[in-house]
Amino acid sequence: MSVLKIEDLHVSVETEQGTKQILRGVDLTIGEGETHAIMGPNGSGKSTLAYAIAGHPKYQVTGGSVQLDGEEMLDKSVDERARAGLFLAMQYPVEIPGVSVSNFLRTAKTALDGEAPPIRSWIKDLDSSMTALRMDRTFRERNVNEGFSGGEKKRHEILQLELLKPKFAVLDETDSGLDVDALKIVSEGVNRAKETTGLGVLLITHYNRILRYVKPDFVHVFVAGRVAEQGGPELAVRLENEGYDRFLTGANVE
Amino acid sequence: MALASPAFVPVQTRSERLASTSVTDFPAVTGLEFEWKFIPLARVKHLTEGALDGSPTAFTYSESAGTAVDWIEPSAPVVGTAGVPEDRAAANAWAAVEKVLHISVTGEDAAELVVRRDRFGSTPRAAHVVIEAAPNSKGVVILEHHGSANLTENVEIVVGDNAQLTVVTVQEWDDEALHLSSHFARVGRDANLRHVIVSLGGSVVRVNPSVHLVSQGASIDSFGLYFADAGQYFEQRPYIDHQAANTRSRVNYKGALQGKGAHTVWVGDVLIGPHADGTDSYEQNRNLVLSEGTRADSIPNLEIETGNIQGAGHASSTGRFDDEQLFYLQSRGISEEEARRLVVRGFLAEIINEIGSPALEERLSAAVEAELVQAEAVRASALVQ
Ligand SMILES: Nc1ncnc2c1ncn2[C@@H]1O[C@H](COP(=O)(O)OP(=O)(O)OP(=O)(O)O)[C@@H](O)[C@H]1O
Ligand SMILES: [Mg+2]
Repeated sequence: MSVLKIEDLHVSVETEQGTKQILRGVDLTIGEGETHAIMGPNGSGKSTLAYAIAGHPKYQVTGGSVQLDGEEMLDKSVDERARAGLFLAMQYPVEIPGVSVSNFLRTAKTALDGEAPPIRSWIKDLDSSMTALRMDRTFRERNVNEGFSGGEKKRHEILQLELLKPKFAVLDETDSGLDVDALKIVSEGVNRAKETTGLGVLLITHYNRILRYVKPDFVHVFVAGRVAEQGGPELAVRLENEGYDRFLTGANVE
Repeated sequence: MALASPAFVPVQTRSERLASTSVTDFPAVTGLEFEWKFIPLARVKHLTEGALDGSPTAFTYSESAGTAVDWIEPSAPVVGTAGVPEDRAAANAWAAVEKVLHISVTGEDAAELVVRRDRFGSTPRAAHVVIEAAPNSKGVVILEHHGSANLTENVEIVVGDNAQLTVVTVQEWDDEALHLSSHFARVGRDANLRHVIVSLGGSVVRVNPSVHLVSQGASIDSFGLYFADAGQYFEQRPYIDHQAANTRSRVNYKGALQGKGAHTVWVGDVLIGPHADGTDSYEQNRNLVLSEGTRADSIPNLEIETGNIQGAGHASSTGRFDDEQLFYLQSRGISEEEARRLVVRGFLAEIINEIGSPALEERLSAAVEAELVQAEAVRASALVQ
């Protein structure tokens, strides 16, 4: 059983006003096949947590650990973490001019597996994932994320999730900006990955609606850089109705 | 990449610049002139004033249907019809040549013609080429440059009415090569010229195309791709002269710089003349800086002498790798080296894909790939030190 274990994680960023502490001791343990939802107010540090797990150079880890099956991820480079089995679906996926989707996906798959995928099965997998995500074939020849609509970018992230088969994925507001149909399509993609590979998911969201499709085992409330409360799916409903007010009183908000 | 908003640089009215076939009309070059301001003059000054060997230099080419290649006399009527030298090195070459290499495209769908010029050697030389596309013809002419060179030359391109001509000049010279090339193009009614400069090898390589859109409906697609390594100097100054109404120009140059002393210069002049109503023009230059110690000069210059145009714009940027792009690729398991290569390759592919010759596109992709591997090796060894 794979486990992703985050312990007492402290993260800061350098700003023009000096060092800013964002994560203040995050503890989270995600088991294989589990889905953990993270909800919390804007600016509470959810994306920072996602980036810190993936190893974005802008975020400095000042304490704590992130272990995948007992192996420390924080000592590894960004690509090494991906090869160890971590994946981040970004809130704002980056455009890469001149690099086609098909070239990008094949290069990533080759890097992850250490060898090029067999051409026939690769094309077949790519085709069926794109069909399932209702992505037109023409996307293969388009440049990565260039000119994609918000919803198309998110589908492209989930396409990668399906094809690259990580052990754990952080989905940072993958549901934002999706219409109802797209939300269902994307959710089905996540559920397929869970079923076929036992993917563990850390799902960052502001809305309960995606949680109707991707059922969380746990819901964590994220406030001021740490987990303030945890519960089951019912907590998400309550948060959506009541907001975060009861957590913010007395919380350390700058 | 950071977008720098380029300063508008009014140099002088481009149409008033001195043009002459006589070298003595040009004062001796000092290095203060705008045309000579950036170039490492000590390496090329002799080409602006010294004696030049103007005898014909052997070359090889592929017999291609619908095209013809021969030597003609400098006194032939076609010589000088596309343009006249605007700098001293070009004028010096003009007077020195004994024969002019004449390439004609007559076929309505001519086969691709590749002229390989690789025998110039290290003697200071002059050359003159005229590429002529007959009215209604269509063709692709590729000039490939290899080996050593110490060369100043003029290349004239005459595009007949309704013709569609592609001219690609590829500089893959040896490390020591010196090459100053002035291209002049005259594009006829409803004709299109696709002009591509690719500079990958040489010590000092300057290719300056002056393109005159002289008749209604003439258009130019001007592309450039350069990759300067340590110590290399590559310059290109496309000048688009919209003389006639309803003319269209697109200028797009992209460069990568890697290694100490790599220096590139792009000066893009667009002149929209008083009769060029309905002109549609856009020029851009983008440079990707891959290491410390490089310099990229990028100067767009737009002069508009009529109020009635369809569009005119310019863009220029010089920047480093976008860290967010690298992070995105690496977060998918791709190593940093490979991510850097993907990004540069993607950046330059936009130009390669425009060349319009599948064989050449493939070969140049491989050449760029080799540059990247080499650049990565240099970078890695610099990190170790
Ligand atoms: N590079 C940075 N420079 C300065 N401040 C930063 C940087 N990155 C994050 N921050 C700050 O850290 C805090 C947490 O940001 P983060 O993006 O993690 O929030 P979030 O919980 O994902 O918010 P949202 O719900 O709006 O996506 C914010 O106050 C943000 O402004
Ligand atoms: Mg966020």
